[in-house]
Parts: sequence; structure tokens; C-alpha cells
Amino acid sequence: MGECEASRCLHRFRARARRLARALPTLALVVLASSSLPAHAQSAPQPAAETKTLGILLLRETLDRPPPLSLLDIPPNDEGLAGARLAITDNNNTGRFLGQEFRLDVIESASADALLAGAEKGLATGQHFLVLAMGPQTLLKLADALKGKDALLFNAGAPDETLREEDCRANVLHTGPSRAMLADALAQYLVWKQWRRWFLIRGQRSEDEAYAEALRRAAKRFGARIVEERAFEAEGGSRRSDGGHEQIQQQIPLFTQNAPAHDVVVVADESELFGEYLPYRTWEPRPVAGTQGLTPTSWHPALEQWGATQFQNRFRRAANRTMRPLDYDVWLAVRSIGEAATRTKSTAYPDIAAYLRSPEFEIAGFKGQKLTFRAWNGQLRQPILLATPKLPVSVSPQPGFLHQSSVLDTLGNDQPETKCKLEGAR
Amino acid sequence: MRLKYLLSTGLLLLSVAGADAYTVFVSNEKDNTVSVIDSETLTVTQTIKVGQRPRGIALARNGAWLLVCASDDNIVQVFDAKTLEFVKTLPSGPDPELFVLHPKGNPLYIANEDDNIVTVVDIEKGTVVTEIPVGVEPEGMGISPDGSVLVNTSETTNMAHFIDTASNKTIDNVLVDARPRYAEFTPDGAQVWVSSEIGGTVSVIDAKTRKVLGKVSFQIPGVNADAIQPVGVRIARDGKKAFVALGPANRVAVVDVASRKVERYLLVGQRVWQLDFTPDGKQLFTTNGTSNDVSIIDVEKLRVTKSVKVGRYPWGVVVAPF
Repeated sequence: MGECEASRCLHRFRARARRLARALPTLALVVLASSSLPAHAQSAPQPAAETKTLGILLLRETLDRPPPLSLLDIPPNDEGLAGARLAITDNNNTGRFLGQEFRLDVIESASADALLAGAEKGLATGQHFLVLAMGPQTLLKLADALKGKDALLFNAGAPDETLREEDCRANVLHTGPSRAMLADALAQYLVWKQWRRWFLIRGQRSEDEAYAEALRRAAKRFGARIVEERAFEAEGGSRRSDGGHEQIQQQIPLFTQNAPAHDVVVVADESELFGEYLPYRTWEPRPVAGTQGLTPTSWHPALEQWGATQFQNRFRRAANRTMRPLDYDVWLAVRSIGEAATRTKSTAYPDIAAYLRSPEFEIAGFKGQKLTFRAWNGQLRQPILLATPKLPVSVSPQPGFLHQSSVLDTLGNDQPETKCKLEGAR
Repeated sequence: MRLKYLLSTGLLLLSVAGADAYTVFVSNEKDNTVSVIDSETLTVTQTIKVGQRPRGIALARNGAWLLVCASDDNIVQVFDAKTLEFVKTLPSGPDPELFVLHPKGNPLYIANEDDNIVTVVDIEKGTVVTEIPVGVEPEGMGISPDGSVLVNTSETTNMAHFIDTASNKTIDNVLVDARPRYAEFTPDGAQVWVSSEIGGTVSVIDAKTRKVLGKVSFQIPGVNADAIQPVGVRIARDGKKAFVALGPANRVAVVDVASRKVERYLLVGQRVWQLDFTPDGKQLFTTNGTSNDVSIIDVEKLRVTKSVKVGRYPWGVVVAPF
């Protein structure tokens, strides 16, 4: 896969990337912004005598991607970063009682080499915990280069299955869900609804195919059937023009005509090139789910269950916008490091890294139950939200999907089927 | 199931005969109401409109006042507990969730879930005395029987903060399992029981040394461990038994305080949240959020005797001595 085929998470960076690309040479190491934040304006009660600092490095790969169809979906410049900042504040709020201080440094670049150089430099200055918001190729490059060193990497953005399967790495933990987890979460709900006949429409990019493959796998796994599959040829070019709905209103019904009887249209369009055109325009009046319509996601800005309201409010006050899935995935990574530091009462890399990998580790993530890492591939187990743009609709795993050890393992590749062989871990 | 239910309802009719009648107040988080239940007839006698998102609920002035946290209105409302007429509002700080009254009757300590503080309010004057900084998302509030020590739990910091009520300063911060929700002192003031919703445990803390003496954990056959989420905790007045609401496990655990062993699990409604005893200690009322009802437990027989339909998402419960 080339850079243009990178995973879905990356398109979230594209608005920022475009601006950066204009302003800076391609291989620039953009920023080394320190954002060590004071936890609270008020003095900490009973501050610990000696404060130890733990540095966390956030590495963000910027990529040039086409703009989304909807103005509402333009990614903010601080996507992911804002989640890291909130987690640092949360960590420091606990840390002030324990004499621990957390510090965030950020490196942004479009260049994998620059990111690697930044990671190595960070490592040399004692930053052992690296949170990665980048494409799978760059992630693997960093993971392999840092193999055997005192560095633990958190994949917070790349949903690629291969990173958890044949290309898994012992020095990487994944806080964001994989495509299989997302597709399984959706499939369980559609099957629960008895919408078992799916009409799959996929885009032509490689990540679309990966998402479509996750849907095919999920259909088979949970007893649904893909009755028809069509590839949508979304041509590039300007999607901002005066007028447009006239043609789309003709185009989509024609494209979805003459499909076998189906209950739901499932769409695989991670780049948001055409999926938003499907709802209300299909030949048959059917709901749309997948990358658009009813969407499986790690986070939703309107989630209020499980104490999430305060979390959303905190984020909004700090970032002046609502929380996006990448913010949440990064927040989870930085909070996991903080949680391990709290539990071990240590800021030393070996203590924290060992605890993060131990069965004792668990983290609360506003999803109604503890989240833990899968020992066999480092993936964080988590409930997946199913949501429309405005509100969460449901949360998977759905009732009735059972598992001998954790129902969360009904989402994604399970231990008996994994292709991941972690070398030297655990 | 239904047969068992009918049978136990029959038992209830026998068991409450002769018991004193009390008034039970239940805050309905989603309805913006408080349901008033007669503990003798076990029927809802009245439903009163309150502020938005009512959660924590308590009595003050020896039962004359009913206090309700109206979380989304950022106030505490005071009602006359007998006439149910609105009396006044108290300042509460942002997003009040749970509160506890000093045993002497004043002040009121309020956990401000959205602002990392505990607000101390004089309920007579209606003024804020002070604000005490604590961890992220303060929630549970417990006070020692002599009123000298306040314990607040912070849900995301995962600590029980011990606060000296004379100086309103934190004196210690005890780490517990994930998402601590409730703090309850034993009647002798020696221990504090702190429930951890996500951790799935109750930490028993020595109130003097502030060391964790041990943890109560729960296993229920046929119930996934992830669904066992301890929230409300109440300890019987004789200090022998603790009752722990286990959230989506839909059960209340009966725990022997001395050995910290679970003796029994009582099946109640769905997502059981908070609990309160009748003043005679014979009945325990539980709020069941997802099933919109209240379960009544016979404390001596350790049986669930009845459930009563209330408003949507019942959250808190308090029983008045009349």
C-alpha cells in the first residue's frame, strides 16, 4: 500500500495537512510543542513532597486527503491532539495527589523519516511512551525501528486488521478499534434487528476494500448474507460546485436499481467520497449503515451514558469543540499510561510497561465497563457505539452474542483465530 | 419467576402488617420528578415536579426538608417533606450529583461532578461556605458518624479523598479501583466502604489509618463479570450487614461486614443504583434505573418482597421517618 492508500483515520488530518503542505517543506519536522498543563488553578491539596515527571510523545502524521462531502465533517486541526491534552490534564489531576506529573510533547510531520527521527530523539531524552496517530506503513516503520528498545507504542488511529494480525508487533498496543471490531459491532446490531440481507456498496480505494472485507467476514460470522455487491466509481475532482443534487438524485437510484431483495444497504467508503449520497436516494427505501448512515465508532460526541456527559463537557471546555473518535482513541492511550503510573505508583518505564501488559491492567473509558488489552495482540477490548450523526443508537456487543471469557471478544478477531504471533512479549 | 414473585408479594403483605408507615422519596433522573411512596401500602401516592435531572436526594432538618440535586439546573432544591411544597433553592456549584449532610444538620457537602470540587453549603443561610478541590468527577459522599471526617470519591481519579470537616482540607487520598461511586461509613465510624463501579469491587478502608483493609469482590453464576458494577452501599445500623447495589447485574449483594464475604445476592430490578433503609431498618428500598421501578427488600428475611413502578430512570432514594 502506498501513502495514498493509507487508512481512514488519516483523512481526518487532511485539512490540516493541506494547510501545512502549503506552508512547509515536505520533510519538515513541524513542531515540538510542549503542553505540560497545570492540573488545576487551585493549589493541589497535600501535594506530594517530590514530583516525578513522565513524558509522553504524540506523533502525528499529516497527509493530504480530499475534503469530505459535508462541511460538518471537516476535521479540526487539533484532532487527536485535543484528546491527548485532556488526558494529560486528567492524569495530572490524579498525579498531583501522588507526586506524578505528566508532560506531552507533539511532533507533526508528513514524513515518516522525520517522525522516526523525532521518536528516536524523544527516546534518547527519556520519552518511552509514544502515541501514534498515523497510517499503518509509517506505524510499522517506527515499530520495527524501535524494536528491542525501551519504547512502548500506542496505535490510536489506524484501524487496519493487519496491524493486529500478521503484522502485529510486540511493542505496539492498539487503543482504537480495528475494522473487524467495527464491522462485527454493526453486524450484531443488524442481525439483532433481523436485517440479514445486505446490499454492499463499496468504494474503490484500498481502505474501502478492507472495510468491505471486514463486512463480508462479519456477515458470515453472525449469520447475515451479502445478496449483492457493487463498486461505486467515485471520481475525484471538485465536489464543491454550485448545484449538484440534481444529478445525484438521478444517479444514486439508478446505481442501486435491480438489486436482489435486501433489508439494508451497507456501505464501505472510508474516504467519504460518496457514502453520504446514499441515504434517502436508494432505489428501494432501505436504511444505510457502515461508513455512513448508522456507523460503528469508538466515540460519539453526543454520548451521555456512563458518566460521559462530564467527560464531553470537560473536552468541550478545553478544546472548544466536540470530541471525535480519534480524540477518544488518543485520550485512551494517554490515560492508559497515566492509569498504569497511578497503579504502580511509579514513573519508571519498566514498571509502567509491564503493568500495561499485565492482566491486572484495566481502564475506565466511559463505556459502562472496564477496558482491557487482549494479551494475544495488544488490542484494547471495548464496546463499540452504533450511531447516526446526531445520536448513539445502540452499543455492541448486542444481547445474546455470548463468549466464554469476555463478550467484548465477540468483536474482532478472537484468540483462537488470530494470526498474530507476538515475539518476546508477555 | 412470576410464581415466585406472587408468592413473595404474599409474604410481604404478612410481613409489613404492624410495621410503621414511612414516606419514601425517589428521584427520577429522566422525568424531572420525585415519586412519593407510602411504605405501608407500597403505592406511589404522589409525583412531584422538580428541577432537571434529579439525582442525589436527602432529608434535612430532622426530616422536615427534602433536598434534591437538580444536576442540570446546577442547584439543590428544598421541598417541605410533608406538604411537598417548594421551599427554596440552595446554591450547589455546577452539576451537583450526590451530597451528604453533616450529622449535626448543617452544612451540606455537595459533589460537583463537572468541576472537580466539593461545595460546602450552609443550608439555613443558603450560602456557599467554601469549595474543596478534589479529583476528577467527584461523586460519592460519606461522612463519619461524628461528622469530623468527610469522604469524597472521584470517578476518574479513582480515589477516596478524606477531608477534615473542621478545616475543610483534604488530609489523605486513598487509591481505590476504577470509578469509585459511593462512600459509606460503618456505624461505629471505624471503616469506610467505597464502591468501584468499573473495578467491580468495594474497598474497605480503615478510617483512622486510611489503609485499604481489604476488598469485597463479587461473583454471580451466569452473570458476566463485566456486568457486576457496585454503586450504592448501605450498612445496617447494627453494623453487621452491608448491602451493595450491583448496577447492571440487577442484584443487591448482602455482605457480612466482619468477614467481607458475600452471603447472598438478591435479584432486584434492572441497573440497581442507590439504596435506603426505612428508619426501623426492616426494609430496604432500591432504585432500578432501567426497569423504572423500586424493589423492596425485607432485611430480616433477605428477600425481595415487591417492586413498585415509579418514573423513568429512578436514581436516588431516601426514606422519611413519617
